Amino acid sequence: MRADRQEQDLKFNRRAFMLAGAGGVGFTLIGARLYSLQVLETERYQLASDGNRFRLDVLPPSRGRILDRFGLAIADNRDSYQVLLVPEQARNVEAALDAVAEFMPLSDYRRERVLREARNNPAYRAITVADDLDWESFAAINLKAPDLPGIEPGLGEVREYPYDSAFAHVIGYVQPPNAREIENDTLSPESLLIHPGFRIGKSGVEIASEATLRGRAGALKVEKDASGRTIRELPEQSTEPTRGQDVVLTLDTDIQRFATERLGEESAAAVVMDVKTGELIALTSTPGFDPNLFVGGISTANYAALRDNDHRPLFNKAIQGTYPPGSTFKGVVAAAALEHDVIDPDEMITCRGSTTLGRRDFHCWRREGHGPVNLHEAVKTSCDIYFYEVAQRLGIERIEEMARRFGLGENYDIGISGVASGLVPNPDWKYSRRNEGWSTGDTYNTGIGQGFLLTSPLQLAVMTSRLASGRAVVPTLYRNAMAPPAPHIGLNEEALARVRDGLRGVVHEPGGTSYSLQGLGVDGVDMAGKTGTAQVYSITREEREAGVRDQDDLPWRLRDHGLFMCYAPAHDPKYAVVVVVEHGGGSSAATRPARDILRRTVMRDPSGRPGIFAQRQTQRRDV
Amino acid sequence: MAVFRESVPRDLPGKLLEINWALVLLLVLLGLVGVGMLYSVGGDWDPWAIRHALRLSLGFAGMMVVALFPPRFWMGVAYLAYIGSLLLLVGVEVMGETVNNSQRWLDIGPIRIQPSEVMKLALVLALARYYHDLPTNKVSSLGGLLMPAALIAAPAALILNQPDLGTTILLCATGGVMVFLAGLRWWIIAPAGILAMPAAWIVYQFGLKDYQRERIITMFNPQSDPLGSGYHTIQSQIALGSGGMTGKGYMEGSQSQLDFLPEKQTDFIFTMLGEEFGFVGGIAVLAIYALILANSVAIATSCKSTFLRLTTMGVATTFALYVLINVGMVMGMLPVVGVPLPLISYGGTVMLAVQAGFGLIIGAHIHRNAQPPRGAGLLG
Repeated sequence: MRADRQEQDLKFNRRAFMLAGAGGVGFTLIGARLYSLQVLETERYQLASDGNRFRLDVLPPSRGRILDRFGLAIADNRDSYQVLLVPEQARNVEAALDAVAEFMPLSDYRRERVLREARNNPAYRAITVADDLDWESFAAINLKAPDLPGIEPGLGEVREYPYDSAFAHVIGYVQPPNAREIENDTLSPESLLIHPGFRIGKSGVEIASEATLRGRAGALKVEKDASGRTIRELPEQSTEPTRGQDVVLTLDTDIQRFATERLGEESAAAVVMDVKTGELIALTSTPGFDPNLFVGGISTANYAALRDNDHRPLFNKAIQGTYPPGSTFKGVVAAAALEHDVIDPDEMITCRGSTTLGRRDFHCWRREGHGPVNLHEAVKTSCDIYFYEVAQRLGIERIEEMARRFGLGENYDIGISGVASGLVPNPDWKYSRRNEGWSTGDTYNTGIGQGFLLTSPLQLAVMTSRLASGRAVVPTLYRNAMAPPAPHIGLNEEALARVRDGLRGVVHEPGGTSYSLQGLGVDGVDMAGKTGTAQVYSITREEREAGVRDQDDLPWRLRDHGLFMCYAPAHDPKYAVVVVVEHGGGSSAATRPARDILRRTVMRDPSGRPGIFAQRQTQRRDV
Repeated sequence: MAVFRESVPRDLPGKLLEINWALVLLLVLLGLVGVGMLYSVGGDWDPWAIRHALRLSLGFAGMMVVALFPPRFWMGVAYLAYIGSLLLLVGVEVMGETVNNSQRWLDIGPIRIQPSEVMKLALVLALARYYHDLPTNKVSSLGGLLMPAALIAAPAALILNQPDLGTTILLCATGGVMVFLAGLRWWIIAPAGILAMPAAWIVYQFGLKDYQRERIITMFNPQSDPLGSGYHTIQSQIALGSGGMTGKGYMEGSQSQLDFLPEKQTDFIFTMLGEEFGFVGGIAVLAIYALILANSVAIATSCKSTFLRLTTMGVATTFALYVLINVGMVMGMLPVVGVPLPLISYGGTVMLAVQAGFGLIIGAHIHRNAQPPRGAGLLG
């Protein structure tokens, strides 16, 4: 009995110690695991813990401004009050939007957009519900925000274009980047690009100078809790954003606005250029559009109205539109004739109103004819017969060569996209395009600026400047102090002087096609100019008999384009102006606006005033 | 029967002298660690630290009372306690409160208790009593096998149905250990162990709820669902790992204080301790647990009676399993099953059950030489 009991005690103790051993193994395993977690892998878990604990909030940079030649801001930034929504904290996005709608109008369109973004984006990313709010609405929401989960007030910057449509085509506009732009962007991290309210250039200078204007994002380190709420900010561990640099353009706001207003509701373009430097003082296309509409997200209806307007407000006619130069081209042909000595300036050619080439009649614009005319008279009166003859003597190759010397047919890189090349035709071009040989009739037409020849207002301004200054100026939109003076065009100065004399006669001598302008209107300053008409539609014999006598009887879209190129002062040229009025019905639609713009420019003399140049700015403007 | 007997203290001063003060001190130490950590969780005495401290004091007083009762009293109430606990579990089934999709709580007047915790203690007492009465040679007989199996299976089934997988496993494991200690022969244990494997698979396939299966799956690959069921495990490991050797400092644990860590006042309190006090703090607390367990095993082997030995080992086993499962769980070694860290985690019933259990162990130490006869009644 006793032995049995001892045996039993031993068995219990054996098994108890066995269990204790098992427990010991368990504790050892746990201790080992604890050691591995806390001592061996500390670094990895500390990183993960910091990743949990800290968040880097993007501090978007201030976008650089776009300034005119005198430092006036034509694209500026202004404080923008925003309402943001963080879906992760809102949980129910619809309910949050309903709550916001009590304080401010929220269109169905905007609501749809927010819901779509909430579906497509990660839930922690803030969505802009409303941007650029008025102070009352913002204050009301700000007051209520602590009770509205997921709704946060925000303060950002929004692009502002103070001159509405005057600069729309040149400087373009900014908008939030789309998915493709975010993917292809190499300038900034994605966190900046998806930041609510962040915008990038979409057209004009805004997109062309994106790299200069954008600046670099900063990062604010914040400590957050598990629900993402900010506990505190750590400014000493944060980086400030770097402001984008300003871009200085050669434009003069005064002239640009005047030109835009002077063209009014016409479908037209005007270019003002410094004839010695090629600086663009004004570059406008009408009608324009208000770029501020695009910044906030243009409504479908507004956009459709712009897109479907037959005056094409979204199209930059000054650089993208191409038109036959008409008689404005005659200065180039005259210069070529003198340069190649195919005619003596005093040689008379008799104009009887028309001439015959083979079985075809070629008319002068003046049906009754000019009688005998020399070079000066031919330029002054724009005699077509004279230039048919000169063109024939020159041949198309020499006309083409001279047109290119005057800058036609060239694609100028002025730092914004969409610049048109136009067309200077030659026999090879015609053969490859039309599979037809070049005819003398084609040379005739080219000689008076019609036919296949196509030029943009920008190219015509280059042509005018080169005629006026004798220098191979190239158009430029950005102020650059280091630009060397343009080389001489390489033409006989005496020949140029004769052509310029004819162009002055156009305005200042009786019989000149623009004599009715009565000059520039500035005492002691003469101007020179040349009218041009680009035919859009030939009035048929049937129509003529049915009573369609002139342009006013035609529908707007069939009327001729009116062109005028001019420069002043005539004796020492400084500024060139080109105006093209689409379907203006003839050159007279362009002459007066061009003269007025030229007068304004001469009186103001922007090139004679001290302007500014871009400089590197590394200082942040604000905090 | 003239059997050699060492003395058993009968009067109060004699009993007080025999209290194992080292064990009491270690238990109090754990309780204070719990109060400290709960203060850190709440950032104040409210809402957890103060209540934990109150329950702790109350519990220690109860522990002493339990310790002073003679073994034959506990033998007398063992079956009654078991039947009472079983009725409470049925009560939970009928009218229990549902928390986190699981019916575990029962409101009795002003207090809310978790009958499954009470059952852990009652089962230990009932099994100890049963084996105390059973002649040694009957332990491996059919009758001697069926009765303990029934005693374990009845509450286990009820608790699994709540569902509370953690407590079910704990209960079965404790019961199994007691059967083993009672002297079950190896030729029965070995095949039972082999049979347990397919049985476990069947339970996994058919006996578990979806969320429980999910927890087991995520334990092996927490990254498969980092914001869902793997979240607890991942955040807990980040908290522990980032604590490093010496921790981030008291009340400075960013994972815990910034709410990345869930359930930190209950199941994940060890994580918080590890984050704020590092490996040093964690290992120190584990050492206290180990010392308590070693002490308990020493007491068990010093006891003369089967009842006291098995009671002590049963309570100690439950206690050890609590610690191992909880710590293993927060370190990602075991699935998240909802087992608290005894005396440190916030939670009244568990703590009271644990303290009552240690009351029995301390009582066993006081009465280690007592040898109550088989079938001793309440007054016997």
